[in-house]
Amino acid sequence: MEIYVFLKVIWAVLLGVLLTGLATMVGMDMGVGALLRFVGRNDAERRVALNIIGPHWDGNQVWFILGGGAIFAAFPTLYATSFSVFYVVMILLLFSMILRPVAFEYRSKVDASRWRASWDWAFLVSGALPMIVYGAAFGNILEGVGFHYSWTGQYFQDESFLSYLLNPFAILCGVMSLALALHQGGTMLMMRGEEPIYGRARKFAIGGALVAAALFAVGGVWVANMNGFAFTAPVNPAMPATPLTGQTVAVQPGAWLHNYATYPLMWLAPILGFVGMLGGAAMVALRKPAVAWWCGALAWAGTISTVGLSMFPFLMPSTTSPNQSLTVWNATGSEYNLGWMLFFALVFTPIIITYTSWCFYVMRGKVKVEAVVKDTHSY
Amino acid sequence: MPLIDPSVVDLSRLQFALTALYHFLFVPLTLGMTFILAAMETVYVITGKPIYKEMTQFWGKLFGINFAIGVATGLTMEFEFGTNWSMYSHFVGDVFGTPLAIEGLMAFFMESTFIGLMFFGWDRLSKPGHLAVTYLTALGSNLSALWILIANGFMQNPKGASFDPVTMRMQFTSFLHLVFSDDAQAKFVHTSIAGFVTGSLFVMGISAFYILKKRHKELAARSFRMAAIFGIISTLAVVTLGDALGRLDYLVQPTKIAAIEGLWQNSNAHSSAMAAPWLLFALPNDATQSNSAEIGIPYVLTPLVTHSENKVIPGLIQQEQQAAPRIENGIKALDALQQYGQDHDAASLATFKQYEQDMGYGFLAQRYAPDQNLALVTPQNQQEIVQKASRDIVPNVFVTFWSFRIMMFLGFYFVALFAFAAYFSLTNRLEKHPFLLKLSVWSIPLPILACEFGWITAEAGRQPWSVYGWLPTFQAASSHPVGYMVFSLIGFALLYSTFIAAELYLMFKFARLGPHEHDSHTAPAQGGAAPMFAKPGLADKSWQ
Ligand code: HDD
Ligand code: HEM
Ligand code: HEM
Repeated sequence: MEIYVFLKVIWAVLLGVLLTGLATMVGMDMGVGALLRFVGRNDAERRVALNIIGPHWDGNQVWFILGGGAIFAAFPTLYATSFSVFYVVMILLLFSMILRPVAFEYRSKVDASRWRASWDWAFLVSGALPMIVYGAAFGNILEGVGFHYSWTGQYFQDESFLSYLLNPFAILCGVMSLALALHQGGTMLMMRGEEPIYGRARKFAIGGALVAAALFAVGGVWVANMNGFAFTAPVNPAMPATPLTGQTVAVQPGAWLHNYATYPLMWLAPILGFVGMLGGAAMVALRKPAVAWWCGALAWAGTISTVGLSMFPFLMPSTTSPNQSLTVWNATGSEYNLGWMLFFALVFTPIIITYTSWCFYVMRGKVKVEAVVKDTHSY
Repeated sequence: MPLIDPSVVDLSRLQFALTALYHFLFVPLTLGMTFILAAMETVYVITGKPIYKEMTQFWGKLFGINFAIGVATGLTMEFEFGTNWSMYSHFVGDVFGTPLAIEGLMAFFMESTFIGLMFFGWDRLSKPGHLAVTYLTALGSNLSALWILIANGFMQNPKGASFDPVTMRMQFTSFLHLVFSDDAQAKFVHTSIAGFVTGSLFVMGISAFYILKKRHKELAARSFRMAAIFGIISTLAVVTLGDALGRLDYLVQPTKIAAIEGLWQNSNAHSSAMAAPWLLFALPNDATQSNSAEIGIPYVLTPLVTHSENKVIPGLIQQEQQAAPRIENGIKALDALQQYGQDHDAASLATFKQYEQDMGYGFLAQRYAPDQNLALVTPQNQQEIVQKASRDIVPNVFVTFWSFRIMMFLGFYFVALFAFAAYFSLTNRLEKHPFLLKLSVWSIPLPILACEFGWITAEAGRQPWSVYGWLPTFQAASSHPVGYMVFSLIGFALLYSTFIAAELYLMFKFARLGPHEHDSHTAPAQGGAAPMFAKPGLADKSWQ
């Protein structure tokens, strides 16, 4: 394989890893945020819930930031197009995301119930909405998006934002994503929380996993019957990265299952997804939250690789101008850039994993009400 | 290719300017405070005196209030390139995205992971362990400044990439040229030290407030002294590096330096370049391209900007004239490029290569071409088009000139303020100088102001370019409907004003409370919009 093609494929895989890491880590915090008002019935309980992820949410959030940065660098045209095409939705996502850091830091600094209640609502919105948008984006991308490019590479939008917002399949994906986040957040609350938070979180963790499994099944059937995209002539994977020339693409019903037909081993991905979801529910039922948390991570990995494998090499197909669809072959950075990025990813990922784990290790153990109320630095 | 609706471009610029300037209200304090906290904690670990732990925790609390909004508004910045500058992201993403990604990997993860331990780990880490965590946080925040300024340095002076006619974008060619670009390095040092100035004056000002009120004497006196010494060193460094930045502008951004100095005519217009005055005051008029009410110091400009005698600094009017042939070449370059995109023929590629360096100037002309189509430029209409386009290379001189001067005057003011403060603090005579103390309190926001004006100098002076010499701003935006921009602008305005109100409220509240006095204190803060939110409760437990 040519080096450039190899790098393109590696970065497609890393994109999947990144999206999985983001969903698992940020999704966990979002889940806790969304559950806050339900697992905590009084102020002290809510503060316990917040302090369970208190030392970690900022570090976790960097997955989201890195997601933006890495797509910018490794898939510049994808970054340029997707964020603009989904503008209204993206801005809504941003609005809810930026509420969160402020909510953490400011909520417990004033002892007034109206103040705190407002921030608790902010946690609900900034937990649920981003996860719905995250899932819905996958849904929209599977269905294809309306855009085309001029000769300079400027994108033009051919569809109204309403079709991205009010789109049944996308909503299904959004709810599934939220359900997985509730599972992930619920198991985290169980790991570091005590009764009554533990018991309440447990119900949501089971429910989330089961709902996600059901929606994953329905979504799978839906995808099998929807319009997919396929090349009508062989493409050169080593092609220069431009969507303007070099490929012909047709819309075909059921095309998203072609890859599975060619490589049956790929069925492992959806299977792992189901194993993660159902196993997660079972482990919660058995009161093994740590195992259930890892099952949740597996569920995300399975779901995201299911989508990625069925679309490969497509990244963001265009319904209005299919020949200009973005793929792993035509939307990446240059070979030189991908090489440097890979170098940095290889050096820093192990370092990051090490100190993040150390941080979780230092802060291990149950969070107690008395400790939270006493600690000068708690949220 | 149709151009983007000019009002969408303007709204996108407005939104970017507002969100970036807003982000930078909080950034300088983060950059500076993390190191000041590390310094205080170092003294604590070495001497073991509890007062230094108390200082670290108290100032850390105020730092946290600021930090949260820095993080929140930074999120916006990371995504705004994609949401609003689509053509820009496509055009330079291959080079420009890389420092942003590395920033995430190397800096944000470190800063954000360790800050959790810094706030929550006091009881769980050993003394040196916690100190290490504090240093890692400080290092992380300054590394993040390094990488984002490398990215910004690329826009000011594109190094380490070349244009590729097949993919229609700038492609990364040299990591070392990108990272060790003079512009990027000088900007990094100037900007992060500007953060140290901001942090120092913040700590010094609030300590001065306590000294005036005769509260928390020990903590205030020690904090004041550390901050004053930190401050005088940092301001001297900021001023020195500012001078280095100005010289770089002279070398690589001639339109910017001319705008900064209000220089319409070549500097040797005053009989010799050596005689050119450096303007302390002037009212530049962009319409007539001249200054009125000039007050200047003769002979200073040339040595100041060029670090030499008799080198000519090109004036804006002359630069406009020199741009004309480049615009003509740029039109040829773009025509050939479009041809090449269709036919992939060697002839158009050769033509393009011949004029490649002027391609960006061709983009400038597009706005004035018939139907905004460069193919319709003919020998008859060319001269008029080129003439109009060449006027566009001049940035807004009034804005650039004055924002630079405000920053610079503030810089000299800080030198004086910190010098006196350090002197009186070291000689233990602070209490005899209440005026100086009051001045310190009132000066707390001024470094932030200087930073904002610094960015306005840098960014307004870069116009009309988004990537200097290569991509004009009006080509760089996303082609959105106006409605989208109105929606997002209103949203940002609402959210961001709520944030600033909450931040000021808490900042005043906790600064007034001071260390210790957190149980009984009930006085409502008088900061800004406090009552809009909630009444502070009777027993405030948050600093317990
Ligand atoms: C010179 C410094 C500097 C400059 C020019 C910028 N930033 Fe910034 N940024 C910081 C210095 C900084 C910081 C000091 O590191 C912050 C402030 C508060 C914080 O958490 O880190 C930060 C936070 C911050 C965050 C949140 C990080 C986290 O969660 O820890 C993001 C995503 C960005 N920034 C992104 C940007 C982008 C895309 C910029 C360009 C337009 C930008 N920043 C300009
Ligand atoms: C005499 C003093 C100063 C001089 C001569 C000076 C010079 C400059 C120049 C020439 C630029 C524009 C750089 C460019 O676009 O290429 C700049 C930018 C900037 N300045 Fe200053 N400056 C001074 C003082 C200060 C002070 C006191 C602060 C803040 C405390 C400050 C903060 C900034 C910031 C944040 C920027 C924008 C970032 C950058 O372009 O590096 N400056 N300064
Ligand atoms: C946080 C500090 C910053 C501030 C306060 C700031 C300020 C500004 C201002 C005032 C403008 C509007 C200029 C105009 O249109 O007249 C602007 C535009 C812009 N800046 Fe900066 N800037 C900052 C950092 C950066 C950095 C680090 C980058 C790149 C990495 C950047 C990229 C841009 C872009 C893309 C635009 C819009 C398009 C353009 O005018 O080229 N800015 N910024």
